[in-house]
Amino acid sequence: MRELKSSHQLPIGGAVLARSAEPPHTGGWRVGEKPRIQLDSCVNCMLCWIYCPDNAIKIKDEALWGFDYDYCKGCGICQEVCPTGAIKMIAEDLALPPFGRIGGEADAA
Amino acid sequence: MPLKAPKIAPSARMRLLTGAEAAAHAMRQINPDVVSVYPITPQTPIIQTFAKFVADGETDTEIINVESEHSAMSAAVGAAQAGARTMTATASQGLALMIEIVYIAASMRLPIVMAVGNRALSGPINIHCDHADSMLARDSGMVQILTENAQEAYDLMVMAPRLAEHPEVMLPVLVSQDGFTITHSAEPVSLLPDEEVRRFVGDYRIPYPLLAGEVVTQGPFAMPDYYFEIKAQQVRAMRAAAQVFDELSEAYQACSGRRYQAVEGYRLDDADRALILMGSSAGTAKEVVDELRAKGEKVGLAQVRLFRPFPAAALREMLTGVGAVAVLDRALSFGGTAPLFAEVAAGLFGQTVSLSSQVYGLGGRELFPEQIAAVFHDLESTEGLEQPRFIGLRG
Repeated sequence: MRELKSSHQLPIGGAVLARSAEPPHTGGWRVGEKPRIQLDSCVNCMLCWIYCPDNAIKIKDEALWGFDYDYCKGCGICQEVCPTGAIKMIAEDLALPPFGRIGGEADAA
Repeated sequence: MPLKAPKIAPSARMRLLTGAEAAAHAMRQINPDVVSVYPITPQTPIIQTFAKFVADGETDTEIINVESEHSAMSAAVGAAQAGARTMTATASQGLALMIEIVYIAASMRLPIVMAVGNRALSGPINIHCDHADSMLARDSGMVQILTENAQEAYDLMVMAPRLAEHPEVMLPVLVSQDGFTITHSAEPVSLLPDEEVRRFVGDYRIPYPLLAGEVVTQGPFAMPDYYFEIKAQQVRAMRAAAQVFDELSEAYQACSGRRYQAVEGYRLDDADRALILMGSSAGTAKEVVDELRAKGEKVGLAQVRLFRPFPAAALREMLTGVGAVAVLDRALSFGGTAPLFAEVAAGLFGQTVSLSSQVYGLGGRELFPEQIAAVFHDLESTEGLEQPRFIGLRG
């Protein structure tokens, strides 16, 4: 949880200065479920990347990498459009490897 | 009773000007970067006169002609954000249409100066003076100044940018003059030399201008976790405005010889009865006070110039020892107390003084000296004083 500023600490009129702005982690609005990906079922079609309304699908070296949970709002569209069933929505409180990658390098490490 | 000439010291620079023209001269001398405006009676002669100054090359202001007052205020917000010294002008329905953006300008802390020719709000539609339009903006976060005559309309307009732009204030400032009574009536007005006004007003710089290279989000969305804190900043700014107004009054006196207090006491020493009022009627009431004083009656008045922030402490001190006070409002609050009365009553809470709420002059109805004298006589007895009264109403 970020520490909230007092009215004395805020810029005048609540202006947000880029040099001191913190990213608005809208992933905090996610309720209930989060996505995970089974990497050996992923065919890198990138449909999830195209459809994600929050730009929360991360790509690395032209391949799907995983989910940015700071911005994923848990809408489940990625699961709907995934043609191979690699993406599944799971309970928010279940532990996952970083970026929701199952069967990948991060998992192995 | 006969009215005397205004008590203004003669000067080589005395001009015969209407209040509207006087305000326009102040704007010419200030030379704002941007004036976005839409015409409306009785404000029109302010912008009409100013537009002529611009057309004649006497200022290099950019006038933005817009399609409504909502747009005028919106354009002013944009210009002020970009770092321009910005002004606008309006009245009545125009201020009503602006009001949504006025709240935003105040919250974004944009020091826009607004000249207003006070006019009754519709309906019924009416073009004459009362203070309903200013009172509509009461809770908007604008500093509000109400003037008594053309000279004050000029002087307070010259003071307004420095008040608005003071780093601890940074708020829009409304300088109003009574519609027609001041806007359209010619009086002798003493103007400062142009260079004196420019020197007094000084340079303008906002903290985070859009065009200064700093990447900034102005007027961001604020959730329940921050909205209250932004409002608290406005509360502090308004408190600071009271202090800054007093300092500016002193500075302005040094260059003009004229001193404007947030609330001015007139013959209140040893007074047992007093009136409190705002705007042009204060001039008439001072004449009445003089007449009654000449007859030995202990009467006085307090003229409120700064309605926001309201000078409650100064008023309380000024009225110490006064037994009965009538507050003359030129606006209503249906089902509640009239706006000025509400402020005075709150400010005098706990004091032993009889208060009377009297509403006058709605929709431009005249207030005559005899009626003001009658109010003073009302105050001789406390009987029935708790009932609000309406001066000059035909039952």
